[in-house]
Amino acid sequence: MLAKRIIPCLDVTNGRVVKGVNFVELKDAGDPVEIARRYNEAGADELTFLDITASSDNRDLILHIIEAVAAEVFIPLTVGGGVREVGDVQRLLNAGADKVSINTSAVTNPQLVKDAADRYGSQCIVVAIDSKRVGDHWEVFTHGGRKATGLDAIEWAKKMESLGAGELLLTSMDRDGTKSGFDLELTRAISEAVDIPIIASGGVGNLQHLVDGVREGRADAVLAASIFHFGEYGIDEAKKYMKQHGIEVRL
Amino acid sequence: MSVDIAVIDYGMGNLRSVSKAIEHVAPAATVAVTSDPAAITAAGRVVFPGQGAARDCMREIDARGLRQAIVDAARSKPFLGICMGMQVLFEHSEEGDTACLGILPGSVQRFPHEAMHDDRGNKLKVPHMGWNNVHQVVPHPLWAGIEEGARFYFVHSYFVQPASPEVIAGFSHYPFPFTCAVASANMFAVQFHPEKSQNAGLTLLGNFVTWNPGASETACDMSGAACA
Repeated sequence: MLAKRIIPCLDVTNGRVVKGVNFVELKDAGDPVEIARRYNEAGADELTFLDITASSDNRDLILHIIEAVAAEVFIPLTVGGGVREVGDVQRLLNAGADKVSINTSAVTNPQLVKDAADRYGSQCIVVAIDSKRVGDHWEVFTHGGRKATGLDAIEWAKKMESLGAGELLLTSMDRDGTKSGFDLELTRAISEAVDIPIIASGGVGNLQHLVDGVREGRADAVLAASIFHFGEYGIDEAKKYMKQHGIEVRL
Repeated sequence: MSVDIAVIDYGMGNLRSVSKAIEHVAPAATVAVTSDPAAITAAGRVVFPGQGAARDCMREIDARGLRQAIVDAARSKPFLGICMGMQVLFEHSEEGDTACLGILPGSVQRFPHEAMHDDRGNKLKVPHMGWNNVHQVVPHPLWAGIEEGARFYFVHSYFVQPASPEVIAGFSHYPFPFTCAVASANMFAVQFHPEKSQNAGLTLLGNFVTWNPGASETACDMSGAACA
């Protein structure tokens, strides 16, 4: 039976993982390659790297990181952040990424999603949707949740599927950083509106939240950063908890 | 100079993961990602990966003049098809109504929308994406050291339906059983991605780079089993 996936997310800037990491005996707490290695050994099903480097001068650093990780970690690697054109997708894939996540540029240039999916296949195109509740619906936001787009999140998800996205990474900006759990209503609404897999993100504070994301939110995968980085929970611990709650996982 | 292992490049997707994983399990081998038919013909073993749509794959194979080299390699030397590189070995794909290489009898079809529900009635997504159990139907040198039911990483919307059940080497469930590995003489092909399947995948690739199909055929002959 297909397992629900657990995906740790690493925010990378200027070649270093930020948000703080607290692995036991980790010599260099901010080294993305070391952290990726640890997560792989702990049983992560995939890894997502989000490049939050502001300056374009240091953008190539992520390519070197992905090259180094891909040479020794043989699970799917997704990279997002600053993907603006098909050339960016190509550079990341050539460096060893298996999937590329497109966020703001999907809004400013939806054709990019179609062009990238046509050229490299839907399997490697993830569209990241940052969404906030506005009145009685959810709206798509860009620029880290600062910029409203006026787009309805459910309609947007369907449009991205039709343009060739192979997967959606759905982040609730209302819940992100709150540790109060996923926006289950949003996750479920989008998961039921499309046929492609949904990765739920934003708000995980404990292991029950992961279970709820799958059970109530109907997510196909759950993404979390801080609960794993700060060593509150291990990946293996999270998987055992999910299994105890009747969720199929890869142990 | 001929290479030990040729990874066929026909412009369909990113082959870096495949070549990296093979280099990892065969550090002493020369591995070349190539679209040169002569290099494929001269190589000791051939890996045939692929992503994207069947019609585009077939068009790119022919645009590069690779069809004959692929067919010859699949019939003569250790050959590993991966994902789309498995599907196009068959005669026909429903995806884009595409005539494929026809090395193996059978067809390729999409996960049917009406069947995509689990036993609780929840919708199952297509593509089938993630880690699923692979059940080994027959003993095979490429399964050596891999636990029955081990999980491999999949991402696909279409699956193969071999016309000859005897080529089926493995199956998975989504939600019904479907063929995810086939074996015939020197050829082995898988729907999942061994290059992305951590230890189980590396074990399979490691088995491939040392596989000697001639030897296993002899063993089959001696045991009297039907190994055609």
